[in-house]
Amino acid sequence: MKCNKSVGLARSGIGVAVFRLAVFLAIPALVAVIVLGGSPARAEYADIVINNYSDAAGMRPAVFPHWFHRIRFRCKVCHADIGFKFKAGGNEINMLKIINGEFCGACHNGEIAWTVDNCDFCHSGKPGTPTQVHGSTVQKLQKPATQPATQPAK
Amino acid sequence: MKPLFLALLWLIGGLLFLHRGVAVAAEDVFVNDGLHDPQGPSFHELQRPTEALAGFPPDTVGNKVRWVNALRDGLINPRTNIVPETKIQVLDMDIIFGNTGDNAFVRFPHRAHTEWLDCANCHPDPFKEKFNTSGIKMSAILEGKFCGKCHGAVAFPLTECARCHSIKPDSFRGQLGAQSVKKP
Repeated sequence: MKCNKSVGLARSGIGVAVFRLAVFLAIPALVAVIVLGGSPARAEYADIVINNYSDAAGMRPAVFPHWFHRIRFRCKVCHADIGFKFKAGGNEINMLKIINGEFCGACHNGEIAWTVDNCDFCHSGKPGTPTQVHGSTVQKLQKPATQPATQPAK
Repeated sequence: MKPLFLALLWLIGGLLFLHRGVAVAAEDVFVNDGLHDPQGPSFHELQRPTEALAGFPPDTVGNKVRWVNALRDGLINPRTNIVPETKIQVLDMDIIFGNTGDNAFVRFPHRAHTEWLDCANCHPDPFKEKFNTSGIKMSAILEGKFCGKCHGAVAFPLTECARCHSIKPDSFRGQLGAQSVKKP
């Protein structure tokens, strides 16, 4: 019988077995990728590092997790009612203002959220990490803002 | 015999990939994220996003959460105000932008935006209320201006072209600019 070479290979016993193996391993793999997604670290997208004064003051930089806050508050609460500008490090926040009830202190006052004497809840960043929007498109397209912790602070 | 063999293959494949998933989930996302200091006194007390975001509608980018859907489906009920007299004012009105070069036209849904934001967050700066007067350019957006203030920083990233550029110019028969307001 004369037949096409490739068809002949696919119809051979080993060919079929290999093909089946590939298909039957690929389907659960695809399901797993869809269900589990990629790296979970990207869930920290939009974390804001604020290091305007922290390094100089001997504190770890503050890390603000957007994902944590937006479960509880719409954007407008902080960016309109409280008045945070849409600019990482652009609000010139310091602890005096916070204790006075401005910025973070509008909620972190023991009434809406925990008080500011839990320093390390916010000041949890690696020393030397520059002010940034973590995982931002601009950060990805331009240059990595994350420097090794060993690099001296500005 | 044959179905048994196939079932076994399925099981092995599934278990292999499940194992990988579990291994990834068991890793502490804060240890090597380039942000958190594992030496910090409260490092272990901080909630992990893997825990907080589990069960929300999944996305492939950003926080891996479809936040607009999470809100609409009632999975989250975030506060609308801290100043008593301010309110969320939902406006269900789309704007369609042409002048998009070779790319598809842009549909901007006010509804999804006003469910989260205040009018004053976008108007009059950076977006003037009158259509086509703000000088929106993709290059400026990629620099973090206009839509790029949030998209690419906290809302879905700028690599998701088709989520905004969603209207094929060839088949579009309507008018550009503000569409009619939909009443709930």
